[in-house]
Amino acid sequence: MKIAIASGKGGTGKTTLATNLAHLLSQKFPVVLADLDVEEPNSGFFIKGEKIQEKKVFRMIPEWDQDKCVLCGNCQRVCKFNAVIKLGEEILVFNQLCHGCYACSELCPQNALPMTSYEVGKITEFRQNDLHFLEGRLNVGEEQAVPVIKETINFAEKKFAPGILRIFDAPPGTSCPVIEATKDVDYIILITEPTPFGLYDLKLAVEVMRELKKDFGIVINRHGIGNNDVIRYCKDERIPLIGKIPNMKTAAETYAKGGLLSETIPEIRNALEKIIDNLRTLEVLS
Amino acid sequence: MKEIVIISGKGGTGKTSITAAFAMLAGNNAVIADCDVDAADMHLLLEPDFSHAEDFYSGFKAVIDQQKCTKCGKCKQVCRFDAVQKNDDSYTVTPMDCEGCAYCAEVCPAAAIQMVEQNVGKWYISKIKSQTEMVHAKLGIGADNSGKLVAKVKKEAKNVALQTGKDLILVDGSPGIGCPVVSSLSGADYVILVTEPTLSGFHDMKRVFELIQNFHLSSGCIINKYDVNVEIAEKIHDFCETNSVDHIANIPYDETFTAAMTEGKTIIEFDDGNLTNILKDSWKKILLLTDSH
Repeated sequence: MKIAIASGKGGTGKTTLATNLAHLLSQKFPVVLADLDVEEPNSGFFIKGEKIQEKKVFRMIPEWDQDKCVLCGNCQRVCKFNAVIKLGEEILVFNQLCHGCYACSELCPQNALPMTSYEVGKITEFRQNDLHFLEGRLNVGEEQAVPVIKETINFAEKKFAPGILRIFDAPPGTSCPVIEATKDVDYIILITEPTPFGLYDLKLAVEVMRELKKDFGIVINRHGIGNNDVIRYCKDERIPLIGKIPNMKTAAETYAKGGLLSETIPEIRNALEKIIDNLRTLEVLS
Repeated sequence: MKEIVIISGKGGTGKTSITAAFAMLAGNNAVIADCDVDAADMHLLLEPDFSHAEDFYSGFKAVIDQQKCTKCGKCKQVCRFDAVQKNDDSYTVTPMDCEGCAYCAEVCPAAAIQMVEQNVGKWYISKIKSQTEMVHAKLGIGADNSGKLVAKVKKEAKNVALQTGKDLILVDGSPGIGCPVVSSLSGADYVILVTEPTLSGFHDMKRVFELIQNFHLSSGCIINKYDVNVEIAEKIHDFCETNSVDHIANIPYDETFTAAMTEGKTIIEFDDGNLTNILKDSWKKILLLTDSH
């Protein structure tokens, strides 16, 4: 079973829910938690485990071999991303723009653009008892998050038995990084705030999940602030509301220090237990 | 013309609420640009009239013409994104997986593959309640190319500013450090980092600051909810000092932010006390700082 925790709006509690849920569940059975918010990975502040290994993530990009090149310009013609440019007597490759499609390289009549690997991020594996934690991290300056997300998911697939529960802490938004993090999961929890910003971005996230034909439920974080529009929306749209995490300043303070709310705040622990019960009723968890 | 970009690294630090308040304080001297195109929320506070709307086309997806296709499978062989599916009696492209590289179209011996340009969203020019213009956008569901849409919003905001003789563009950016953020930073004169004193907030701000340094941009910092952890707030303060980031303000944890948003108002319309004063002072400071840089 694979569960992703996502949200349209940033800062609604994805990491809080992912880390606390993973930690609670790992007291019952083994769990893999993967931080796929690779642009700004934060789960590691809350899960303190023993570091098992670190693996660099590479992307393949073409590298110009001047000696072989006859400057025919075919590479520039086939590249749809303006990543390969012929400038005078030179071929320039812009790494950031390259999508790694291999067209320029494989269609070069002189083999003058062999593909080489290029580091774009890393994956770190930690272990805390029965909680296996993977952090995907994009190097600063790299624009494309998707390759690192993909590699982190692949790492989890290869390393852990298929029967082990996987929880993904997804990136915010509604574009390609979120799609990559959620497209192959079995269930998605959308977490939101009961505010106009929260609701508006939640609706966008719901549209994405429906487009992907995914099964999903909603958790309200900071329940008590704002208004009841999110609850009404869930009813109108017949989306299961699987939990409400109360709004408490102590939660913000505990989060600030990297503390797990389930450990120190009984009200929040109860809310999380209830989410687990609801996931069982929905047969997302056994 | 000056362009001020507001970003945060981490989401949910109050970036949009603060930007909307600044938009009101700037009045009709500034053009507002909402570049958080994935989750554009500023319109919920600024009452745009959506008076000008245009479709945004960017990127291509491969489509196989089944009449022309000879089922040789070459397209599937060259695709690095597993976007070509072999079905019982045909080959098809899964649009969600297609990157638009056109490698398949290039090698198809039957010329059966068309690259179709994608409508990935809409962009708007609106009048907002402060009697100025806002350029904003809505990214299509699950669309990629958000960086390109950000670039479009910024370009149009610049055009509007030129046409209306305004000398300031105020940009609300997106969270993260990826392509939409990079795109919103290009051409900026001054960057404001809105952060919160949490381990995550500080960590994310440092990463986005590294990105700002790559672009050699000057920046200032607002610490929102500073009293949630005074110790980390101090560390952020020190970080700013060491790295020549202007410290603009500390804002206390205050649920008035949410209350104002729930009423569809900016802080300065909703609150006539402490928060509004801090934001007014901050805005004055920002204008002075952008003049001096």
